[in-house]
Amino acid sequence: MSWIRFLKRARWDQERSQEIEGYLEIETADNIARGMTPADAAYAAHRKFGNATLIREEIYRMNTVTWFESIVQDLRHGLRTMVANPGFSLIAILSLALGIGANTAIFQLLNAVRLRSLPVQNPHELAQIEIVGGNHGMGMNDGPDFGLTRPMWEEIRRDHSPFSGVFAWGEKNIAVGEGKDFQEVPGIMVSGDFFRVLGVEPWRGRLLASDDEHSCPESTAVVGYAFWQSKLGGREIDSNTRLFLDGQFKQIVGVTPPSFLGLAVGKRFDIALPECMPKQLSTNVFEESVMGRLKPGWTLASASARLEGMSAGIMAATEITGYNASTVQRYRQFKLAAYPASNGVSDLRRAYDSSLTLLLAITGLVLLIACANLANLMLARASTREREIAVRLALGAARTRVLRQLLVESFLLAAIGATIGVGVAELLSRALVLSLSREGDRVALFTGTDWRVLLFASAVTILTCLVFGMAPSFRASAADPVTGMRSGGRGMTGGRERFSFQRAMVVTQISVSLVLLVGALLFVRSFHNLMTFNPGMREEGITLAFIGFQKSNLSHDHLEEFKRELVDDVRSIPGVLNAATTTHVPLIGGSWGHGITIGKMDGSANFTWASPEYFETMGIPLVRGRGFSETDTAASQRVAVVNQTFVRRFSNGTDPIGQTLRTHPEPNYPSTVYQIVGVMADSKYENLRDETPPFVIAPSTQFPDQRPNTAMLVRSSLPPEVMADSMKRRLGEKHPDVIVYATSFQQKIQNGLLRERLMAMLSGFFGILAALLGMLGLYGVISYLVMQRRNEIGIRIALGASRGQVVRMVMREAGLMLAIGVTIGAVLSLAAGRAAESLLFGLKSSDPLTLVAAIGLLVAIGALASFVPARRASQLDPMTALRSD
Amino acid sequence: MLILQAIAPGPAHGHTIAYVIERRSEDVLLVEHGSLYPALHRLEDRGWIASFWGTSESNRKARYYRLTATGRKQLGVETSRWERVVRAVNQVLRPAEE
Repeated sequence: MSWIRFLKRARWDQERSQEIEGYLEIETADNIARGMTPADAAYAAHRKFGNATLIREEIYRMNTVTWFESIVQDLRHGLRTMVANPGFSLIAILSLALGIGANTAIFQLLNAVRLRSLPVQNPHELAQIEIVGGNHGMGMNDGPDFGLTRPMWEEIRRDHSPFSGVFAWGEKNIAVGEGKDFQEVPGIMVSGDFFRVLGVEPWRGRLLASDDEHSCPESTAVVGYAFWQSKLGGREIDSNTRLFLDGQFKQIVGVTPPSFLGLAVGKRFDIALPECMPKQLSTNVFEESVMGRLKPGWTLASASARLEGMSAGIMAATEITGYNASTVQRYRQFKLAAYPASNGVSDLRRAYDSSLTLLLAITGLVLLIACANLANLMLARASTREREIAVRLALGAARTRVLRQLLVESFLLAAIGATIGVGVAELLSRALVLSLSREGDRVALFTGTDWRVLLFASAVTILTCLVFGMAPSFRASAADPVTGMRSGGRGMTGGRERFSFQRAMVVTQISVSLVLLVGALLFVRSFHNLMTFNPGMREEGITLAFIGFQKSNLSHDHLEEFKRELVDDVRSIPGVLNAATTTHVPLIGGSWGHGITIGKMDGSANFTWASPEYFETMGIPLVRGRGFSETDTAASQRVAVVNQTFVRRFSNGTDPIGQTLRTHPEPNYPSTVYQIVGVMADSKYENLRDETPPFVIAPSTQFPDQRPNTAMLVRSSLPPEVMADSMKRRLGEKHPDVIVYATSFQQKIQNGLLRERLMAMLSGFFGILAALLGMLGLYGVISYLVMQRRNEIGIRIALGASRGQVVRMVMREAGLMLAIGVTIGAVLSLAAGRAAESLLFGLKSSDPLTLVAAIGLLVAIGALASFVPARRASQLDPMTALRSD
Repeated sequence: MLILQAIAPGPAHGHTIAYVIERRSEDVLLVEHGSLYPALHRLEDRGWIASFWGTSESNRKARYYRLTATGRKQLGVETSRWERVVRAVNQVLRPAEE
């Protein structure tokens, strides 16, 4: 097989046919010379030569690559068939493009969040060092990915034998500029070896190295590519490139490459600062993510074993202080281990992993329904092409050749659909990423098309092609040419078997649509439950503000006084009904807990220190006892209001009022005895989903760790958006040094329901799409059936069947398919529902109402879809029907 | 081999080759002249013969074939192999005739 020869085959064909012509001419001339008539001469020459065309073909075959040539022929023929049926092709390509596009888009997200490796050198060698099982909420925590303290990191840095290099990093918002231009951007604090161990090369200038780490406070910084482009205008980095960061000018020494967005997938850092280590390191602040690059020969398991051996020493050297004995004991038993880190760390992954997998399954099922529709369409079309195929078979085409031809046709459709689909996916995934982003919390994800995405898209395409092309092609190529020719344009009449295949397809479609519809209803209802859920406190008309007054230089003792003043200022704004300060804002994520002892019982409870107006502002009713007043001061008896869950957990049926609880000591939070003076109704705490924990509110005047910032909740008769502006203006006029961030409380809570909204939106969309596609399939098959049977129906009508009887007959057919499909679908959705259980709120996956509603909906539109062709059948004019056949 | 031998003396075109073979074999090897062409094509493909367009005796355009160097060598190889086969067959046949 020679490709050069293959490419020259046309030229050779021409050459040889000319040559053959030449032979014939010479021979004819010779024959004439021998005395034959010209006609006889030519005839004799031909006879002498043999079959010229056959010989030409023989030579041609020598030059060509048969299988390739015939596939090219098939492709060309397929294209012609496509162009000849623009309606069919358009529908097929469009539905495939959408189906494959949706699948690829979800896969792109899944790929970006879970599968893709970090764009660093040999990412598989990276390992994250963590405490096995986490730190059980000890001390202050910066999220599950940042599980080690700085002293622990110092110990690991000193001895890290399994690793060729180690580094630590943490996240921190960094203030850029000051005054009006002040802006907070996402930043990372990195240890000196961060960039070196990762193997990230500078895009401009240099990246941070060990030297940068020693200067404290930091004097150098590196910026991310996007920040460099947007804020520094992509200017060259030189000794004059400085930025005012966190209150002082810092030298910008370099830019990271565009592909490197940091190690937290879904986030992007704008500024990287060298980690500066103060002399006094807190042992109870868990804020570091420590990673290392494994030395050759070390595995995660062997590194973990080694780390476990080192753990006792590390914990002893970094022991937490200011805690009670049992906590310290627990700390000593912490074990370190190495975990894979090639994909980076990600909150997004934790939040969306199961949702994305589920969505991929949903889109896969939608594609399956679309394929079933296409298969039915192809079947219907195959019956009109029966003659063509019969003629080809009769002319000696091999069945395999016809089969291949038909498969190539479906492959063409699938391939074109897939190509458009990948484009669609690009747009879809970008839109999805955008919809995941919240105000002030952008999601930065690489959703481009890499080899995994391409592989996925091609696999899906081939699979689809097989699913929708295989059965019809086999069936068509197996046709008997004699029957095909004889029945001619009438189409097959006796194809009971063919119908059963189409019926099976429709039943599949119906059952799968039911599963998707049930899923959609579950997610929509779950989201509705969350949106209308009463968290036990006021959400509407509340403005949430974070106020910082670091610059006001207030002494520690005057901080509470200043907060009081701020509350009074805000309350004087027209439209404000009430306002309160608090150390912790409920329902927007985040929790604050302390270990407590009450009587003889040990336990833990969540704590908030709030101003007296808190209960009224948030509409949390006091069930018993009293709230706070001006008389609860820093000097008076420590008092607390507890919630009903607290009472149930700790009071054993005794009256909680007057009982005391003692907090366990922590740095800055010495052990304190609080007297319970009131009981408030239960309300949700960290978010809407979690169970209400035992919860204590104490007066803000008695907060042991006063800081120059506070959260404020403001209830107003004006919309929160308007209120936020007036607050900023009023406080800005009176206290120019104060930084105010204000937003709608309800909006903030709903931002936390993004995942639920996304699931409800997408599954709802796909559910409706699936139902529509399924019904389209049912409609198509019933219509087809009616058309095939119009002869019979015509006879029935002629023999006196009433319209109603005909409608009933057709509907019975449809009803049977619906019944079987719905039954299978119901069983499937009950089984599949379990996968969604953990994502639901306020209802079970086997929720009967949802199932019944979905079945009702499906049966209703199913009946409608089959009624239209049934009615058409009943209105057949028997004469025309009989004559036409 | 027959074709190679036919054009060994000098370039010839298809028509001539067909007649040369037919005549030399005293009309024993009578084939459709057309089947010569695929054979020519194959030989040319192997590089044993080369072709060019020329003008025939009767002033017609015709494709002439000539033996290449490899072709000439191949002719030798083929001829001696053929002779060996003939000798062998003859030796097998002769005792049977005796």
